Amino acid sequence: MTNALKNKLIDNAFKVFGIICTLFGLVILGILIFNIAEVGLTRIDWNFITSLPSRKAEKAGIYTALMGTVWILFLTAIIAFPIGVGAGIYLEEYGKKSKWANFLEINISNLAGVPSIIYGLLGLEIFVRAFNMGGSILAGSFTLALLILPIIIVSTREALKAVPSSIKDASVALGASKWQTIWNQTLPASIGGVLTGVILAISRAIGETAPLIVVGALAYVPFAPSSPMDEFTVMPIQIFNWVSRPQHEFAVNAAAAIIILLLITFMMNGVAVYYRNKWQKKIKW
Amino acid sequence: MRTRTQENIIEALLKLATSITILTTVGIIGVLLYETIAFFKEVSIIEFLTDLEWTPLFSQKHFGILPLVSGTILTTLIAIGVALPLGLTIAIYLNMYAPKGFRKSFKPMLEVLAAIPTVVYGFFALTVVTPFLQSIYPNLAGFNALSAGIVMGIMIIPFVSSLSEDALYAVPKTLKEASFGMGATRFQTSFKVMVPAASSGIIVSVILAISRAIGETMIVAIAAGQQPRLTFDPTVPIETITAYIVQVSMGDVPHGSLEYRTIFAAGITLFIFTFLLNTLSFWIKKKYQEKYD
Repeated sequence: MTNALKNKLIDNAFKVFGIICTLFGLVILGILIFNIAEVGLTRIDWNFITSLPSRKAEKAGIYTALMGTVWILFLTAIIAFPIGVGAGIYLEEYGKKSKWANFLEINISNLAGVPSIIYGLLGLEIFVRAFNMGGSILAGSFTLALLILPIIIVSTREALKAVPSSIKDASVALGASKWQTIWNQTLPASIGGVLTGVILAISRAIGETAPLIVVGALAYVPFAPSSPMDEFTVMPIQIFNWVSRPQHEFAVNAAAAIIILLLITFMMNGVAVYYRNKWQKKIKW
Repeated sequence: MRTRTQENIIEALLKLATSITILTTVGIIGVLLYETIAFFKEVSIIEFLTDLEWTPLFSQKHFGILPLVSGTILTTLIAIGVALPLGLTIAIYLNMYAPKGFRKSFKPMLEVLAAIPTVVYGFFALTVVTPFLQSIYPNLAGFNALSAGIVMGIMIIPFVSSLSEDALYAVPKTLKEASFGMGATRFQTSFKVMVPAASSGIIVSVILAISRAIGETMIVAIAAGQQPRLTFDPTVPIETITAYIVQVSMGDVPHGSLEYRTIFAAGITLFIFTFLLNTLSFWIKKKYQEKYD
């Protein structure tokens, strides 16, 4: 066999290997979704969504967990949105190129790499103990808001960066102040990217389990929460609780709850991607 | 005049929002240090670092962090053993071999893997992967590091593949063309030109994936067990640092007790590991950017 032939053979063998590896990830994803659907799909009915938790697997539902997740979703969004977008605007438009800004940037990239469970420990000492919120929805929301802040800041900056400087220069040349330029020109032009980042960050928060367990979300909550100071559980913790039990019926419940959690997660990701594409298409500089 | 004050107020508010990120870092380090110092008033740091057992919840208490560290390292090694070869091959395939449209549609599809909540992966590891592995190797325990590590590896494939592909994509086209011009095959160009040229970006992607695996919680809490033991045998139940924190948090440990403080001592250990890895990756990234500018 000549050298050239040998090289061509290796080249093609690696190509096949590459296809197999790429498909492997997708096949596993398929197996995962198929398996969960197979186990859990028949368990989902209206009762499952509207029932309170129960020691009997057939009677148990996800109502309290679903309500907890909805509460957490809204409060986390309300807290994280203004802080994250505000910090993103400051870093991109005001505090550029100083030593301090450089330090802030390093700090944020480090925060993005801190494991989520560490945020749980922070929330436990600060919000639950020091601010005396207890294991409440509010404490959980503050904790998750801090957790997703770096994601929102980074995506906000990316979106602002994409606005060409000619737009800003034109606005300033017409006599607009810095903030008027940001509020009337830069933000409207980049809002699609900003919101995409926020939605993705919140969808990440919905799937988080560990930090909420640490701040004291309970595995068993008999009633749906009605105020931010109430005790709560969320979908992932309910799933964790059911997975941890040996009986098969609870595994079925877990699979059914996972289907609903995945639906919420995929829906939010879908909305974010759709929104981003639409925004990118609409604006052509 | 009015606008001037308004501008100043807005800038101050934005600054305040930014300072929350600093407060978060200060808060994390402060909280971990505060409780850990209290912990080390009761337990000697030498015992913490050298004792071979971790049994703070038993009557015979031992406070050696090593079993938790070994559990964390073991699951992380397995995860990287899965994610690195697969992720890098995928990155090279998408960059060098795949048709153009392929890259655009497959990257987001793979990234779905990273968007799935980790508790779902835990369920998958426990109810699908472990039984499957047991059918091959019957002695495998119901909770084990192998299954949790493999599933964690699948979860972090997109970290390696996406970031590595970005790094390969950033390599100047002239390098690739010069290699092809010399008659090299795609395989030769990949491994002799592209991967070395993108090496720092690839290393950063792997470090970030390792850091992610070390901090991963729910997969190991569900599928790897709750038995801290100093072993590198992947077939038996172990416990990671993160799983221990969850285990204590699920129970009813009184605030201010020594048991309560163990989760902060474990937490600071975890934090130091990930902090070092993140700093390393940031440093490499900075150096790499300078090289190409």
